[in-house]
Amino acid sequence: MARVLINVPRSARRGDVITIRTLIQHTMETGYRPNAQGDVMPRDIIRRFTCTYDGAVVFSAELSPAIAANPFLSFTTVATSSGTVTMTWEGDNGFAQTETRAIEVT
Amino acid sequence: MKRLLALLLLALPASAQDRRSGFEDMARETQAMQRDDMQNPGMLWVAEGEDRFNRDCTACHSEASMRGVAARYPAWDEATGAPIDLAGRISACVERHQRVAPPARESQPLLALTAYVAHQSRGLPISRPSDPRLAPALEQGRALYGERRGQLDLSCVQCHDDNAGRRLAGSTIPQAHPTGYPLYRLEWQGVGSLQRRLRGCMTGVRSEPFAYGAAEYVALELFLNDRAAGMLLETPAVRP
Repeated sequence: MARVLINVPRSARRGDVITIRTLIQHTMETGYRPNAQGDVMPRDIIRRFTCTYDGAVVFSAELSPAIAANPFLSFTTVATSSGTVTMTWEGDNGFAQTETRAIEVT
Repeated sequence: MKRLLALLLLALPASAQDRRSGFEDMARETQAMQRDDMQNPGMLWVAEGEDRFNRDCTACHSEASMRGVAARYPAWDEATGAPIDLAGRISACVERHQRVAPPARESQPLLALTAYVAHQSRGLPISRPSDPRLAPALEQGRALYGERRGQLDLSCVQCHDDNAGRRLAGSTIPQAHPTGYPLYRLEWQGVGSLQRRLRGCMTGVRSEPFAYGAAEYVALELFLNDRAAGMLLETPAVRP
């Protein structure tokens, strides 16, 4: 399990624009760099990030080898109802991680 | 008395009067990255260190007791009769008290623990090494700082005192105050120690770097802390 820092507001008023910020520990190895022995290290990146809010996708991103290690993503959505925000990272070598956060909308 | 004081001030190098952390020379975006714990990737290492600390270290230590520790390292180590830096102290503690193989220098567990412990001192001023037994190492550090090294025949002084604030290729030459170690360096794409940074400068002037954990690094670190005494710790800092 990769270490993550996630910032989803615990509560919000209906209709508010909320900011969700995520930071995940990942090497994002490009697949172009040689190691100390001169061999090219195989690519190992996060390829896709998806965020769903109450089952509906509110944000997704395709990540490429040009993106730095430990990718930070920040995006906004509108608080509609109390529920869970689910964030999924998928990548090379079967990398998959899902984190959920509850949000209360009043 | 006043004249003596004025003379003393004149005798000090320029950097001692007007010291600035590398933070102030960074791009605004990189500064924002360091300021916001949510964006600062170094906090991932701190979080890992916190988990390790709570699992392995709380039998003897508490989080509160770690406050201010990083500000007074390198310190004198009674057991070996030599100065020791914070990372060395942590691995020695693992070896002596937990009786397991100590984590390697620059390994993820050691960097994480060191980052966590140093993070507890964020905002505290670096204290001047005052233990008289540290004096020889401090002098050795001062000598190393002024010694020309490598094929390029450069000493630390020539860049970081004489030309600090000017540019080396595209980058501003910092004054080399170790205020935020271990820090997240964008170039490294990860967290690294001050020794790794010193190693970078040494290979940069094409000299043979010392091995990790060498007494020379601890001496240099001691001198740099003496030079930066009073400046505030920023761990985990972000640098370009």
